[in-house]
Amino acid sequence: MQKLTIGLSGLNNIDSPGPGIPVIRGIRDSKILDARIVGLAYENLEPGAYMHKLVDKTYKVPYPSDGVEPLLERLRYIHEKEHIDVLIPNFDSELFTYMKSEKTLEEMGIKTFLPTLNQFEERHKSNLPEYGKKYGVKVPYSEPIASFRDFVQHRDKFEFPVVVKGKFYDAYIAFDMDQLAMFFNKITAKWGLPVVIQEFVKGTEVNVIALGDGKGNTIGAVPMRKTYITDKGKAWGGITLEDPSMIELTDKIISQTQWRGGMELELIRTTNNEFSLIEINPRLPAWVYLAVAAGQNLPEALVRLAMGEDVQPFKGYDIGKIFIRYSYDLITDLHEFEQLATKGEL
Amino acid sequence: MLKIRKNIAISDSGFVFDPLSGESFSLNPIGMEILHLVKNGQSFEYVSKHILNKYEVDAETFERYFYDFISTLKLFNLTEPD
Repeated sequence: MQKLTIGLSGLNNIDSPGPGIPVIRGIRDSKILDARIVGLAYENLEPGAYMHKLVDKTYKVPYPSDGVEPLLERLRYIHEKEHIDVLIPNFDSELFTYMKSEKTLEEMGIKTFLPTLNQFEERHKSNLPEYGKKYGVKVPYSEPIASFRDFVQHRDKFEFPVVVKGKFYDAYIAFDMDQLAMFFNKITAKWGLPVVIQEFVKGTEVNVIALGDGKGNTIGAVPMRKTYITDKGKAWGGITLEDPSMIELTDKIISQTQWRGGMELELIRTTNNEFSLIEINPRLPAWVYLAVAAGQNLPEALVRLAMGEDVQPFKGYDIGKIFIRYSYDLITDLHEFEQLATKGEL
Repeated sequence: MLKIRKNIAISDSGFVFDPLSGESFSLNPIGMEILHLVKNGQSFEYVSKHILNKYEVDAETFERYFYDFISTLKLFNLTEPD
């Protein structure tokens, strides 16, 4: 077994979970990797920091919004102690910072496997219509807006309901102007500008988790439908699907864009069995462990790709594999919380 | 002739799984029997004769229920497109 130290974020295993813990579960399941897991936490109460069977050591890190230098400084300190081989950032909001720092991290001896800046930028929600045109993928009409007045200018191009989306997270369906204004304010307060107004496409939401090798090959792809959705729109249950057309679409996107790293395609399947691409998330999603259980250990493959290994594409996956998320009261002691809160390490 | 989609899985307990949509359904024993017959390519005439011989039901009632059942299968996209 290959001994590695892997650093990763996304330890917030809450009702709207980050992908960190399921990614770790995939790595722990690996029969090839023997990993020491170093968690990177932003908050003292990220549950993953206290899950000692999954996470060997946790360090607090500064928020990406604090800038590249404070983060790199902290990573230098962590690397000095831990000798991190591979780093897997699991939040959309931190990817830009890590992509910008890819070379510096490489010089430090830390490997990553991230999309390129161009790949990351062009699939942004606000750029999706151009993306659809460029790669021949059907996407709903959308406009990025910086103020409510902006929408008034584009009013003729939309019919209610419309979807109001945040830059990184959050999406609401607005049925009239009042609701649109309310959601616009709610999203800008949390995620800033722009807010994207997207045409509402009627149908069933289906998703694909995938991993691209950066050379145009799909290393793995598993389609899923959410069977239980929380009030935050997050999957609380899901089932793997047999849908060759979803895999074809994923292959098409990965081969054309030469996608590097994990991704999640969010699609609407209309009643005519056509797909509309509503979003591309540039990382493995929180339901990644379903893919692992279905036979595609994408976290393991991602680590191996980061290490420069030649990884062969997965062949198939189990259809009808189900995940059901659950909540669990993790018990810890005050001194553990104190360690993380005061020393920034646990 | 009506065709049930090839990849629809029907278990012995009457549990039907559509791997394309991820939806699942439960059938009672007679529903399962009829679905198996239809999936095996049997015509309405054959299915009707089989059911009328086996169960206490008149032809008119069975026909009504049969087409109602078929339209439900179509509604849930369990049949091949016309």
